[in-house]
Amino acid sequence: MVLSAADKTNVKNVFAKIGGQADEYGADALERMFATYPQTKTYFPHFDLAKGSAQVKGHGKKVAGALVEAVNHIDDLAGALSKLSDLHAQKLRVDPVNFKLLGQCFLVVVATRNPALLTPEVHASLDKFLCAVGTVLTAKYR
Amino acid sequence: MLTAEDKKLIQQMWGKLGGAEEEIGADALNRMFHAYPPTKTYFPHFDLSPGSDQIRGHGKKVVAALTTAIKNMDNLSQALSELSNLHAYNLRVDPVNFKFLSQCLQVSLATRLGKDYSPEVHSAVDKFMSAVASVLAEKYR
Repeated sequence: MVLSAADKTNVKNVFAKIGGQADEYGADALERMFATYPQTKTYFPHFDLAKGSAQVKGHGKKVAGALVEAVNHIDDLAGALSKLSDLHAQKLRVDPVNFKLLGQCFLVVVATRNPALLTPEVHASLDKFLCAVGTVLTAKYR
Repeated sequence: MLTAEDKKLIQQMWGKLGGAEEEIGADALNRMFHAYPPTKTYFPHFDLSPGSDQIRGHGKKVVAALTTAIKNMDNLSQALSELSNLHAYNLRVDPVNFKFLSQCLQVSLATRLGKDYSPEVHSAVDKFMSAVASVLAEKYR
């Protein structure tokens, strides 16, 4: 799966629209993921996962920041996410299936906050992008 | 990601098969049809009984493609480009099935290679087959 030029344009547009609210999107996506897929909570035994938790907000900021960085370097995701890739491979070891879940939740957040933005084409582009990010983050697992 | 060591192990392993590759292709397909019956739906035009000429023939094709892939591990995308197109625009095999075939191929290899199918070789082959599957599904969307 390769991001076409149209995909990249679509993804950049989405993130341009999201703008400074990316942090909120990140936190919202995490909250939804913990609620919908409770097994993901096992990666955060050290967090307060109650609604509105400062730790989830803080972590949402990190996740959003990484996605924005990825979009800014969309032609070289592997390079841009190299450190995060190492982190996930050597330390975090999040089971790859969970990236899909977080990706789904992020997509839903974008949809709830921008009803008209996610046309089928944009939806597909964003989904491909999130899959590509997941692939990079798990590339060094073995 | 395939390391240099992975690539070496795969080439060595393939070299050890001594001409049995085609049998292995047919064997892998047979096992897949047995263990994962939904995969049969992609072959309504085949005689799927064991020993079927069509399965043998198809096994040969699959193995030939893998042999090409093994010779071009540094550039799988290019080497398998036509097959990639075929799967994307024509065959549209659900990617989940690539895992099934990979599994069955590995069982087939393991029965033949015994101890030679060491954990290292096993891991390398699994990574390789994942990479091949990725390339074949690359143009789906």
